[in-house]
Amino acid sequence: MENQNIEQEVMLTKEDFASDQVVKWCPGCGDHAILKAVQDIFPKLGKKKEDIVVVSGIGCSSRFPYYMNTYGFHSIHGRAAAAATGVKLANPNLSVWMITGDGDCTAIGGNHFIHACRRNIDINLILFNNRIYGMTKGQFSPCTFRGTKTKTSPQGTYEDPFNPGELAIGAKATFFARGVDINPKELSEIFMESYKHDGIAVTEVLQNCMIFSNGVHENITGKDVRDDMQVKCVHGQPLIFGKNRDKGIMLKDNHLEVVTIGENGITEKDILVHDKTTEDTGIHMMLAHMMPPHFPVAIGVIRDVKAPTFNDSLLEVIENEKANSKIHNMDDLLNSGSTWTID
Amino acid sequence: MTAKSKVVALEHVVIRFSGDSGDGMQLTGNLFSDSTAFAGNDFATFPDYPAEIRPPQGTVAGVSGFQVHFGHKPVHTTGDLCDVLVAMNPASIKANMRWLRPGTIIIFDSDSVTDKALEKAGYAADPTTDGTLADYQVIKAPISELTKEALKDFGMDNKSMLKSKNMFALGIVMYLFNRELDTVYRYFETKFKGKDQVIKANRTVLDAGYHYADTWELFTNTYKVEAADLEKGKYRNITGNTAAAWGLMAASEKSGRPLFLGSYPITPATDILAELTKYKNLNVKAYQAEDEIAGIMSSIGAAFTGCMAVTTTSGPGLSLKSEALGLAVMTELPLVVIDVQRGGPSTGLPTKMEQSDLMQALYGRNGDAPLVVIAARSSAGCFYTAFEAARIAMEHMTPVIMLSDGSLGNGSEVFRIPRMADLPTITPPLAKADDPNYMPYRRDEKWLRREWAIPGTPGLRHRVGGLEKENGKGNLSTNPENHQIMTELREEKINRVANDIPLQEIYGDKNADLLVVSWGGTFGTVRTAVEKLMEEGKSIAHAHFDYIMPLPRNTEEVLQGHKKIVVCEINRGQFAKYLRMNFPEYKSEQYNKVQGLPFTLGELEAKFNDLLK
Repeated sequence: MENQNIEQEVMLTKEDFASDQVVKWCPGCGDHAILKAVQDIFPKLGKKKEDIVVVSGIGCSSRFPYYMNTYGFHSIHGRAAAAATGVKLANPNLSVWMITGDGDCTAIGGNHFIHACRRNIDINLILFNNRIYGMTKGQFSPCTFRGTKTKTSPQGTYEDPFNPGELAIGAKATFFARGVDINPKELSEIFMESYKHDGIAVTEVLQNCMIFSNGVHENITGKDVRDDMQVKCVHGQPLIFGKNRDKGIMLKDNHLEVVTIGENGITEKDILVHDKTTEDTGIHMMLAHMMPPHFPVAIGVIRDVKAPTFNDSLLEVIENEKANSKIHNMDDLLNSGSTWTID
Repeated sequence: MTAKSKVVALEHVVIRFSGDSGDGMQLTGNLFSDSTAFAGNDFATFPDYPAEIRPPQGTVAGVSGFQVHFGHKPVHTTGDLCDVLVAMNPASIKANMRWLRPGTIIIFDSDSVTDKALEKAGYAADPTTDGTLADYQVIKAPISELTKEALKDFGMDNKSMLKSKNMFALGIVMYLFNRELDTVYRYFETKFKGKDQVIKANRTVLDAGYHYADTWELFTNTYKVEAADLEKGKYRNITGNTAAAWGLMAASEKSGRPLFLGSYPITPATDILAELTKYKNLNVKAYQAEDEIAGIMSSIGAAFTGCMAVTTTSGPGLSLKSEALGLAVMTELPLVVIDVQRGGPSTGLPTKMEQSDLMQALYGRNGDAPLVVIAARSSAGCFYTAFEAARIAMEHMTPVIMLSDGSLGNGSEVFRIPRMADLPTITPPLAKADDPNYMPYRRDEKWLRREWAIPGTPGLRHRVGGLEKENGKGNLSTNPENHQIMTELREEKINRVANDIPLQEIYGDKNADLLVVSWGGTFGTVRTAVEKLMEEGKSIAHAHFDYIMPLPRNTEEVLQGHKKIVVCEINRGQFAKYLRMNFPEYKSEQYNKVQGLPFTLGELEAKFNDLLK
């Protein structure tokens, strides 16, 4: 809906979207790069400045709205998706961006998150996943790997984490993408895709917390390993990766496998071609699931399918009811049905 | 009309239709109400049905009732003790024993007495013959058999025929009150349009009941309640929950702000959500969220985005909304919260009324988080209370909690239809586009409210949220002095609402010996009891509070000059404590009841008489 609403040429720059507030994240925090990527694409949306709203929950990432010179709403812990839903339903013309963290989104806000996905409300949801509670100073989150020692798991956690991609796709999200904080250019591209997607668009950003989970994504983002541990999902292209571009993802007997092109008779033709638009969640789920050490992590837009949005469906019902009702205002309603007069 | 018996004029009648859940008592009650409206009486109704959807048939738990209180004089309550009880089975006698007074007419389906039915109702013997009902006038009529007899030529099966027995009972009652049958015929014709056989069958049974009462001279007297002296105008029957929904829609129209409701089903508030979902034709966005918190949070998001935002709930839901309510206080956004109270704590008594959420509404948040609390006094009054809640919310940029209760919400009353032109315009303080001096927490001097700067408006981009903000500019601030200023401003803003609400009325002599104080849904019963004692020449007055936070500015004057003050409420004394906290120099007695039931007139009269001794 919002995408079709480019009423005039809007010439904006990155500076138009930086607020006058001092950014108070720790030096070196992955959040800075994500902020930069968002500020980078907002001028390119073709949306007026006043038609963008940034909504957040609670946590380090959720300070985001204060650093954006847009309409912003910093809500309470876990509830950003519910607030963002209210904003979007109140005025579907607005481009709504929701900023959340792994604790905010998948623990206290888990219910709102899955229902926002299910309803396919047209909001852009950016999930900063540093696999830790940062703002409360280092407790494990639902995305912390089993065995991780934190302030509240001194012996290591004894529970398995959520994979936000599986959670989102399982909850019927029509768009899921993944990026890494150290690649803001790629993030910008993903956010643009998110914006273009009509419906819920969930982007998980693997983000490093320098203080409480430093290096948690190092096995994916580290310079020496990143080419071997990330596979870029490009629609219509084979899922090839590796320093030498000789590795690929192959679909074998209902599961994915990492194969080497040129070995055991494998050619490029055997490699799975990425289709982000397939309705079936099966392969998207498998791609989202991939994790080191046996698999690279899928980066880019994994799923992008069309489905009716909640906001459009509501407007459709409203327009239909307006057109077919004999009641046009409160006087009509108050005097409708069974009434009697006393003179 | 061929009444052979004497017609006696009555001022007020309470009639209760009672039967098994499947006996169609709600419909019977509603049809009798329609006829009551047609007869020009003032009236109020109350449905009383089990919490379970399909409770065991024939048991006391499965009894469904519908009460109609109608009168020649103004009717303030849905009535307590009945003048007439229609009982379709033994269980409905058992269930209603507490609502009978000596002389109550019980119209009973004598065909319903079987060993099994008695056992299910918990009777060892037939209560109509063993002396249990000696104080009442029991009219035993073979309603089931006569219904079947009336329909014998219709080719219907036994079960289908018995479905109409409620119409036979209604026919008897219509005769008893000298009512024309036309309104009921009209209902059949509309409801069963195109099904002539069904219309005919229902008419036949209704007529049969009416003529049976006449021919068999069931009653020594029949009764007539003259038309009430109601103000001229157009009327309708309305439940409290519908009235609240419509009041909100009226406020939306008068403010020009679109109505957004974020809500989650909860007894007994769900009907407001259900009602508002009907009016997409009037641009109402009613959103059924995934939980109570999402209900209020979506509303807060919509309030930020310029909607007249509302969330509706009952006590447990209000508990869940507490943190978000604090956010609405902090962001100083307009928000209406309607709490249709039920018995608590916890899940408590979901289908029963109570007034025990008052303290929660006033104080149930972290931090010093003041907001406006007002209460509805009657079912039809819910329209105006909801309208007022929305007016205050938008004109003072604050959350407002409206307290209703299960009895008000489900009960219905005669409602004089207002003209929209006669309702006040609501003017929220909208910020002007491109105002170069706009600041999120800039306030006007008179009311201390901030402006409403709505996303989409050019030149007003700003950020708000739950963190403390610098007064004026609205930047994040942890400055100690600023927090003191902001906390005091939030308090003073609410206090100043007292200058924008009516003075507290006192009904009766302002120096009466006994001042009766009440609030919320107890209005009707308390006022009726006070009126009765006044007629007896007692020195008694009544102050019923619609505005609770802030209190009307003359509250202290109202409390002055009485020998005794008694605060009556359906909780353990929450408003009494609140008054004592605000006015410690005034001693007050309490009268409290927590049975999930409203006060009865008799209880109140006895208490007041006792205090006046």
